[in-house]
Order: sequence, then C-alpha cells, then structure tokens
Amino acid sequence: MAAVSPGFFGRRRAASEKLPPGQYLVTDFPVLSAGPTPRVDTGKWQFSLTTETGEAHRWDWAAFRALPADDITVDLHCVTKWSKLGTGWRGVSLDTLLADVATSAGYALVGSYGGYTTNLPLADLLDGKAWIAFGYDGDDLAPEHGGPARLLVPHLYLWKSAKWLQSIRLSDSDEPGFWETLGYHNYGDPWREQRYWGD
Amino acid sequence: MARAAVLGRLTWQVGTVAAVRDETPTARTISLDVPQWPGHLAGQHVDVRLTAPDGYSAQRSYSIASAPGGTRVELTVQRLADGEVSPYLAQVLSVGDPVELRGPIGGWFVWDPDDTGPVLLAGGGSGVVPLMAMVRTRAATGSRAPFRLVYSARSDQTALYTSELAGLEHAGPGLEVTHVYTRTTPAGWPWPAGRATSDLLAAAGWPPEKMPSVFVCGPTGFVETVADLLVGAGHQPGKIKTERFGPSGGQ
Repeated sequence: MAAVSPGFFGRRRAASEKLPPGQYLVTDFPVLSAGPTPRVDTGKWQFSLTTETGEAHRWDWAAFRALPADDITVDLHCVTKWSKLGTGWRGVSLDTLLADVATSAGYALVGSYGGYTTNLPLADLLDGKAWIAFGYDGDDLAPEHGGPARLLVPHLYLWKSAKWLQSIRLSDSDEPGFWETLGYHNYGDPWREQRYWGD
Repeated sequence: MARAAVLGRLTWQVGTVAAVRDETPTARTISLDVPQWPGHLAGQHVDVRLTAPDGYSAQRSYSIASAPGGTRVELTVQRLADGEVSPYLAQVLSVGDPVELRGPIGGWFVWDPDDTGPVLLAGGGSGVVPLMAMVRTRAATGSRAPFRLVYSARSDQTALYTSELAGLEHAGPGLEVTHVYTRTTPAGWPWPAGRATSDLLAAAGWPPEKMPSVFVCGPTGFVETVADLLVGAGHQPGKIKTERFGPSGGQ
C-alpha cells in the first residue's frame, strides 16, 4: 500500500488514459544513451540479419532504402518515466525484412554500432509491431536519436528500440542484452510496468 | 559488497526524511533514512514515488548524491519551474515525512573504488550529483585513484557542493576540480563564460593516452558536446559512460 505524501496533490495531465502506470507526459524528445553518439556514415552502413542456422542476410543503405516503407504514428514510453504521444516515424517493417527469411527461432538479439545490445522474443518484431526507422518527424533520423536507422518497437519500453541498428541475430535461446544484464526487465512491457528485474 | 546484492528485485520502501539542506536557491539535498536499504554503488539512482490523498501517484528518477554506507541515502533535487515532483521535493517535503523509493537502479554509470585508474568526471548542472557520489566514495574509501572533475554550471550561484568540493580538493592530492560557468563568471575567472571547450577539457582533464575512465552527466546538449569533444580528442568511446536528461528528464 502506497504511503501518502503529505502535501502532495500532483498535476493531472491530459491524455492520462494513454499513459502506462508510472509514466508522465513530455512534449520534447529526451535523449538517453549509455555512451557517446556513434556517427555512422550511410555509405558504410550495413545491416545484417542472421538466423539460428547461421544463414546471413545483409542490406547496405541503398538496398535497405529500396524496400517499401511505412509512415508510423506511435506512442513512446521510456523506462525513465517519460512518455511521448503521437510521434511520427518512417521505417521498414520487420515483416518486410523477414519475409524471405526461413526461421523457427524464438528470440532475437539486436546489436548496435557502438556495441549496445538488447533482446526480445522474435514474435515482438513481427505482425506490424516493429520497424527499422530511418525518418522522424518528416526528416532524417538524427544521430542522437539513433540515426541513420534504429529499431522501433513501440509496445515495449524504449530501450528495446535500439539506436544505431547494426544487426539482428535470431536464436533458439534468449540471451539478455546490455540493460537486461544490468538490472532492467528482460521483456519490458510498459503497461505491466516491467521496469526492473522481478517487476 | 557483492554486485548481485544491489541488482536484485527492487521493491518499494518507505524512507523517512532525516534532514533537508538547501544547496542553492533552487536545489535541495534530502537525507533519507531507509531502514532496509541494501547499499548502492557510486553513480546509481533511485525511483521516487509520491502519492496524493486520492491515490494519484507520480514517479521520477533521482541520482544518489551520497557515498554508500549504512541506511542513509541522500538525494539532491533541482527544482524545475514546470516540474510536478521536484517542487514538492525541493520545497514542501519536511523532516519526518515519508518518501517512497526503490533502488538502487543502474549498473552501468558506476565507479568502482577498487579501480585505481585515472577518472575524468564531467558534470553539467545537476548532472554533477552522481559524480559527487563518486567523489565522496573516493574520499570515504581512502582511494588514491586520481580524479579530475570538470563542472559546468550557469554561475557560481547555481553550482552545487562548492565548499565541500573545495574542502576535498585541499584535503589531499588526487582530486582536481575545474569549474566552468556558462552564463556569468566571478570576477577574474580564468575562462570566459561559455560551454566547456576542447582546450578546457584538454587542460582540466586527462590526455587520452592515460586511458581514463570517463563519466559524463548532464542535460543532453552538454553530454553530446562533451562526449563528442572527448572522442574527437582521441578518447576511446568505450571508456566514456554517459547519463543524460532532457529538459523534462526529471533529474
């Protein structure tokens, strides 16, 4: 049972039904990263998708940008408590990238330029739930927000939406990523407030 | 302390305000007694939850300012003009009041007192708070790791921990503090008002060959600028740990 804070009444904000528990609304776009922002030249950019059998699929920037892209409007929820509603992105659905990939893997380990990793069930990348985003708010995706391309998995806390995306490795076993080994929840559903281990 | 001991399941605990201390006109340190506190590492943070009489609640994250030790946890809270939680913590909360918190959180932006290598700390505004926990931990453990702190604040009126940092700097070798003021400087200050530059970081920090562990914390613009300058100067990106908060990042 929560202890009442004497003299605290709070400020109820609009659109609270769109806010998962423990979140508050922001209108700016905070940046949270564990290290310096990598600068990735699209001329050298390469994305690889490797299956559980070791079969590798690769896209350079031109091949990636030649894929059909979607305009996406989604709400973002960061584990540090801020949520931003109705953000506009442009990106390639993971369904498109995985269309010709034969896999029965259960899990994905996502890797970034700069060394960041995060893990999630493969099912959370499929059926219109995840994209590789290269545009934000009508413009190219800025480096501090993960450009040239980042994962976008808006139904999970934002640390799952790895910036500076470089690779996805599919596997039969679940391998915890960077924050997942440092105390943060393995799955990270904001609506169940899965912030930390044991939540 | 075993690291696993501070990365287990995080349950909400009720701490009691033991003391409050004004640091600047807009920042206050809150000392909490948390009987079941499991201990923490320098650089970690906590989640604080406030609950109104009707059950409405709000959560924010705050860096721990104090060195680990016992059941006392100190937070320094910068009051944000448009904030929902920080004005309450910085102005309303009183000695004896309960505060719900859980933590410690974060196993990345931490300094290990067993690490004897050189350390560069770069803090912008209230981003100095977790760095102060590292400075205090260094002093409390008798570490001889050489520390250099570059602290950027708007003016000497808004800088946190000024007299304590001066005292620690003069108490013995190994800690060097350089203040940078972005808006107004005291009379005769060696650098003009403005953001930290590559020249200043080179003079007040470490050469890349020393392979210092670098911790940068502050508003996004500060962290982006300083981290980029350090990478540009030849520091290994993998040695630079950052913690950022936007204008509404809640710190």
